[in-house]
Amino acid sequence: MWEEIDLLKLREIISSVFILLGIAFMLIASIGLLRFPDFYCRMSAITKGSTLGLGLIVSGMGIYFNQPDMALKVTLIISFTFVTAPVAAHVMARTAVRNKVPFWYKTNLTEFKEYLRKKHQEDKEAKKEEPAPKA
Amino acid sequence: MSIFTTTLLIAISVLSFCLVLVSIRFILGPTLPDRITAFDLFVANTIGIIAIYTELTGHENFIDVAIILSVFGFLGSISFAYYLMKAYR
Repeated sequence: MWEEIDLLKLREIISSVFILLGIAFMLIASIGLLRFPDFYCRMSAITKGSTLGLGLIVSGMGIYFNQPDMALKVTLIISFTFVTAPVAAHVMARTAVRNKVPFWYKTNLTEFKEYLRKKHQEDKEAKKEEPAPKA
Repeated sequence: MSIFTTTLLIAISVLSFCLVLVSIRFILGPTLPDRITAFDLFVANTIGIIAIYTELTGHENFIDVAIILSVFGFLGSISFAYYLMKAYR
């Protein structure tokens, strides 16, 4: 029974399903980047969508090639993306909050306002205390 | 043309359309952090295109380009964030 199954065809079909799912997530992330009203909403959309979409596309490629070295490289790409994408998003969001990038008017900021006020006060004091640059 | 090749061609054209959408946000983007996140998604789309091109041609060496590109995209966004942190304080 097992000899009748065409393994290459099976791998191609599984790989096609993974790639179609992955490009669907990538397309959703790109539309979200274009359509969302606010910098923070856009960042949330693209970080989650692009991480999952890239993981699906690359693992579909690993399934198609079906070799150990390719599996190692695919695991390297996926693990690196899963580690670095949240770090980059967190750094960018923190920088944007410190630089007073405006929020959307519907965002609920009642508990966040205290933190924002404190941080902006700290930044202002740090700027004041900073000595003038030597000529 | 088999169903697999058709899927790969559809995938590469959809990812190119995603690149066009990201470029529109890159041109519009009101602030600099918007442009940096658009660049991040640009790099992710390019890695996807390289992966699909590897599968389409069958040359396995192209996947090394994707590894290096994922490293350099992260470095680019981190260094831009550091520059912003230093510039506007």
